[in-house]
Amino acid sequence: MSKFNKNDNKYIISYAIIMTLVFGSVLAVVALALKPKQDAEVLLEKQNFILKAALGEKAMSTMSDEEITALYNETVKTVVVKADGVRVETEEASINVFKEYKKPKDVRELPVYKVYDQADSNKIKAYVFPVYGKGLWDFIWGYVAVEADLKTLGGLVLDHKGETPGLGARITEQEVQSRFIGKEIFNANGELDAPHFQKGEGNTYEGAHKVDGLSGATITAKGVNNMLDDYLAMYKSFIKAQK
Amino acid sequence: MSTETVEKTNDQVAEVTKPSEPLFSKKRRQLLSNPLDEDNPITIQVLGICSALAVTVALKPTFVMAVAVTAVLVLANVVISALRNTIPNRIRIIVQLVVVASLVAIVDQVLKAYSYDIWKELSVFIGLIITNCIVMGRLEAFALGNKPWDAFLDGLGNSFGYAWIILAIAFFRELFGSGKLFGFQVMPDGYIGNGVMMSPAGACLLLGVLIWIVRSRSGYVED
Repeated sequence: MSKFNKNDNKYIISYAIIMTLVFGSVLAVVALALKPKQDAEVLLEKQNFILKAALGEKAMSTMSDEEITALYNETVKTVVVKADGVRVETEEASINVFKEYKKPKDVRELPVYKVYDQADSNKIKAYVFPVYGKGLWDFIWGYVAVEADLKTLGGLVLDHKGETPGLGARITEQEVQSRFIGKEIFNANGELDAPHFQKGEGNTYEGAHKVDGLSGATITAKGVNNMLDDYLAMYKSFIKAQK
Repeated sequence: MSTETVEKTNDQVAEVTKPSEPLFSKKRRQLLSNPLDEDNPITIQVLGICSALAVTVALKPTFVMAVAVTAVLVLANVVISALRNTIPNRIRIIVQLVVVASLVAIVDQVLKAYSYDIWKELSVFIGLIITNCIVMGRLEAFALGNKPWDAFLDGLGNSFGYAWIILAIAFFRELFGSGKLFGFQVMPDGYIGNGVMMSPAGACLLLGVLIWIVRSRSGYVED
């Protein structure tokens, strides 16, 4: 090593360049090699969320990854719709709900997942709609399941990128999500009236549209409310057309 | 590993012809055992506190974090130690950072592929391993001046020292906070979790008590 002068600028600069190239290539190779496995995990999570929204957390908690994929392939059929309820021929797999979120509402193409009864393949158990919105710090998203009567909310799965742990991040908790189960998305006049988190926490609400709120997470809760309003409005025509 | 060490020794200090040290000499065993107790990175040096408070809500993510830090620290120590004679002094911190950051990125990607749930939970903290003072501290203080095998043992010792502390904290936090261990219910039904234990403040209290116990046992006093 003594033939190089380690304090020479040329040595330092070439050292930095070579080091960057070596570590950069290693990282690129690792990222490429792991990409297929990571994509599979993301897909599995989506299938898990859709089934969880439709069938409830209890039914899913004991299932292995393979069983989830098998059940998904067996019972879920997808259609892609626009905000006016018109079906389009786009493949569901090619749609990224996040990318659609960035487009104007009237050109968004959104997937709808029809979950069929496992015992009776003609009977629809629930319609599952992906939703996307903004929380306090970053994006929040989820899946809303509407039961076959097309008005009762059968389940809700929420996830987030960076909400505050212990406050906004509680939207991923089973207990919080289950507060929405059994609420209704239309009012008596048939107008859209999505269930909303209310102010404060620890209250019981009689109505079919009020949900016990999240104390200390007002903005995240509002984000969830807005997300449900926005997206159910876009799915409204589709829902009405099913009746 | 051992042959490399011998070669390097002959290279650098050719005039000293002492026989090479046994692989597990007393000094080397101490590299492994000291950080567990009397030179513990958390309880004595008070490094790596942030992650000790943040990730210790439950045992499972804590265990993964401990494994991730072990992988990063040991590999970074070995790589830096192997490169130590080539690293220009003026950019040594940057070189260390590049090595650590690359290793952390690799750990992050591997976790995302093979342990997606835990990755989602820990991803933020995995990124922060780069700034975990224990890693940079060991690179600066040890790996830059020692042979790869010694650096390997030092990395292992220090990460185990870190691991047992955070696992101990996570044990009590999960037990009293949610009545579970590794996700299995151990407290009787109807046990109401202690909210303080679930928050980082509870971890701070526990860590304080742990540091107190360890230091009063070893008689360590800050200078």
